[in-house]
Amino acid sequence: MEFHETTLENGLTVIAELNQAAQSVATGVFVRTGSRDETEDVSGVSHFLEHMAFKGNDVYTADDVNRIFDELGANYNASTSEEVTQFYAAILPEYLPNAVEMLSTLLYPSLRQDDFEMEKNVILEEIGMYDDQPTFTAYEQAMQAHFPTHPLGRKILGTSDSVSALTAESMRQYHADHYRTGNMVLVVAGRADWDDVCRLVEEHCGSFPGGRIQRDTSAPPVGGQTQVIERPSSLQQHVMQLAPAPAADHRLRYAAELLGVIVGDHSSSRLYWELVDPGHAESADLAYNDYDGTGTWLTYLGCRPETVGENLERIHSVYDQVNREGISPTELEQAQNRIASAIVLRSERPMGRLGALGINWVYLGQYRSVQDDLDTVAGITVDDISQLLAEYPLDAVSTATVGPLSSL
Amino acid sequence: MSSTATIHTLDNGLTVIVEPMRDVRSAAFSFLVPGGSVHEPQGRNGTAAILSDLILRGAGSLDSRQLTATLDNLGLQRSESVGVKHLGFSGATVADRLPQALAVYGDILRKPHLPADQFDAVREGLEMTLRAMQDEPRQQLMVELRRRCFPSPWGTPTYGQLEQLPDISSSDVVDHYRQLVRPNGAILGVAGGVEPDEILPVVEEAFGGWEEGSETELVDGEYTPVIEHIAHDSTQTHIGIAYEAVPYRHEDYYTAWASVGVLSGGMSARLFTEVRERRGLCYSISAVLNSLPYHARVLAYAGTTAERAQETLDVTLAEMQRLAEGIEPGELERCQARAKSALIMEQESTISRAGSVARDWFHLGRVTTLDEVRGKIESLTVDTVLDYIHARPARDFTVVTIGPEPLEVSGGIS
Repeated sequence: MEFHETTLENGLTVIAELNQAAQSVATGVFVRTGSRDETEDVSGVSHFLEHMAFKGNDVYTADDVNRIFDELGANYNASTSEEVTQFYAAILPEYLPNAVEMLSTLLYPSLRQDDFEMEKNVILEEIGMYDDQPTFTAYEQAMQAHFPTHPLGRKILGTSDSVSALTAESMRQYHADHYRTGNMVLVVAGRADWDDVCRLVEEHCGSFPGGRIQRDTSAPPVGGQTQVIERPSSLQQHVMQLAPAPAADHRLRYAAELLGVIVGDHSSSRLYWELVDPGHAESADLAYNDYDGTGTWLTYLGCRPETVGENLERIHSVYDQVNREGISPTELEQAQNRIASAIVLRSERPMGRLGALGINWVYLGQYRSVQDDLDTVAGITVDDISQLLAEYPLDAVSTATVGPLSSL
Repeated sequence: MSSTATIHTLDNGLTVIVEPMRDVRSAAFSFLVPGGSVHEPQGRNGTAAILSDLILRGAGSLDSRQLTATLDNLGLQRSESVGVKHLGFSGATVADRLPQALAVYGDILRKPHLPADQFDAVREGLEMTLRAMQDEPRQQLMVELRRRCFPSPWGTPTYGQLEQLPDISSSDVVDHYRQLVRPNGAILGVAGGVEPDEILPVVEEAFGGWEEGSETELVDGEYTPVIEHIAHDSTQTHIGIAYEAVPYRHEDYYTAWASVGVLSGGMSARLFTEVRERRGLCYSISAVLNSLPYHARVLAYAGTTAERAQETLDVTLAEMQRLAEGIEPGELERCQARAKSALIMEQESTISRAGSVARDWFHLGRVTTLDEVRGKIESLTVDTVLDYIHARPARDFTVVTIGPEPLEVSGGIS
């Protein structure tokens, strides 16, 4: 493994972790933009833009873009979160030049009016699809209950109303403001030659517009609301709860990931043994999510409507005990072993490394090798977990529920 | 790239396939064990799913928690699944820990406690899983489509059916284990940073004394295509379409695969282009070739709001039938490019390789080499694919929809 980094004259940072033993190469661009960067009147525009990226530019039509990626045999896609939009492709090493060219095409599409109108239908259907997934609905509502006055609480996809009202002109403006080199990083992982990478990015990305847009990363106020979405025909009740947790750049973020596994992993954890193993709940999970300037403990409970009350009590008595007594060295060691092997497995594929490299760079401005991650995980102590719990106790301050119940 | 797999069959019939891989730190296994849902007693669909959970709740000298702790300490990323024919157990971890993990699975499969006092909890957990699936119409749709498009018992839901769970008893599950879970017919695929010399003795030790069981016979039932609507107050109408194809073991399999690739092999394929990109009818649309040992179907899905659902169904069916009018050389070349690239990338995943060698053995009774598969892909021509499509055109559709309103399946479909 060798790590390289360079910055083009226009300010675009390029990083690469090259491994000549790999069979493939993955490349992607991580743009620091997502729903939290939107104003209410353009809610959903970051995600809509991600779709429009595949509609082509002056050189390539929309059909060309998909056809060329498929001709390369590429495994390619894009995604949008609250804070990052990413575009990526895994290909055989000989196709890296084509993949970099196509990525540059994705980032600066023409945003044609007729493409915009057609794709709007697709986005509205995507919103409809998630509407039929109660856990997704519960997650969106919980984020809104937790961050009621902050854009982090808005839906990544926007609403049917906000997307319907969106204009191509406001999208073009948003794109011009956010798709600047200071807001993105181009990442290469796997089998490639660094000199080739430098030549390719210079050729295809050298004319990207420079500059950056600042994001307000101060910790948002927390809402503590409860939202109930009544769906009388649902069989199960789905509950999501949020509480404050460390931000993405917090020194205890790895400890938080470990604690999430110990307390709330789906296959063996405190919540699993208390709720799932005895058949009280179908799911009872705790996850740690991190953002710029804030983080969340996310609790998910899925069970029969009539047992929600008693199951929430069970969850919170687990949390109370962990907050009071911490965790045991044995639990910590088991979780460390599990996470270490998950890191090793994920890292064996260039595509698996790509995401870790990009996200670390976007949030921390830092390269972390696989060994760095393994060392950090192995170095976490029971004391670290106690400090974490003192600062960010397991809790549920905001709640959303979807199902037959009319109240919690 | 020829396969470097070592294949060994134990005296009791368990087949072990070990494929060492270069430049990986991990190793993975995929264990297919007789006992899937087609073997369940009549009216007790869900027995195999309950067994798949209960079997991990203690084995050999370890109780449920000790067993889980042992696997966790080995860093094993594990999963259990129920197939129509087999129960599946798979796992992956750093390579030097795999032998210990396999030894634990020896106890799980041969000496499970199957604790009667935990049966109710497991059945209740499964019941809640089925209820949650009913809350997600897309998941429910694919179960309902498979039920209708395969001859019985091959469409038997692998998770069970809500209305049959109350009739399943603890002793049904124990009987299912005793009568079906056996080494003959079981397949263990291992791939990664391991050598056959270190794996085979461990397997011999863990599974060598496992007694053979008797084979079970299955009789295929009738199959008639149906068109059915299931009412649901969902936002979208979820559309499932199935038609016949040839299974993995068939000599025409790769031409069948290519015909589905032209339909749905990538974002430039026909369904995505015509239904989503040109018409904006839906977000999600796809078709796959799903192969069981002796039956195969093309299974397609589209989800769309009610007012666009009829057009989505019409355009999708029309595209399936239009295949017979011809395909462009470029369409086939893109399928070939994607397949070749996927074959090479599979070499980077121990989990994928372990699954592939086990699956190959299950379907073919041998392991295909990558050169062989590549050769088959490269030898495809527009003519051979079209010959297949003409011999087995997309028709006699089974169509299942879930949503607010039923749809019309247009004429011209025999």
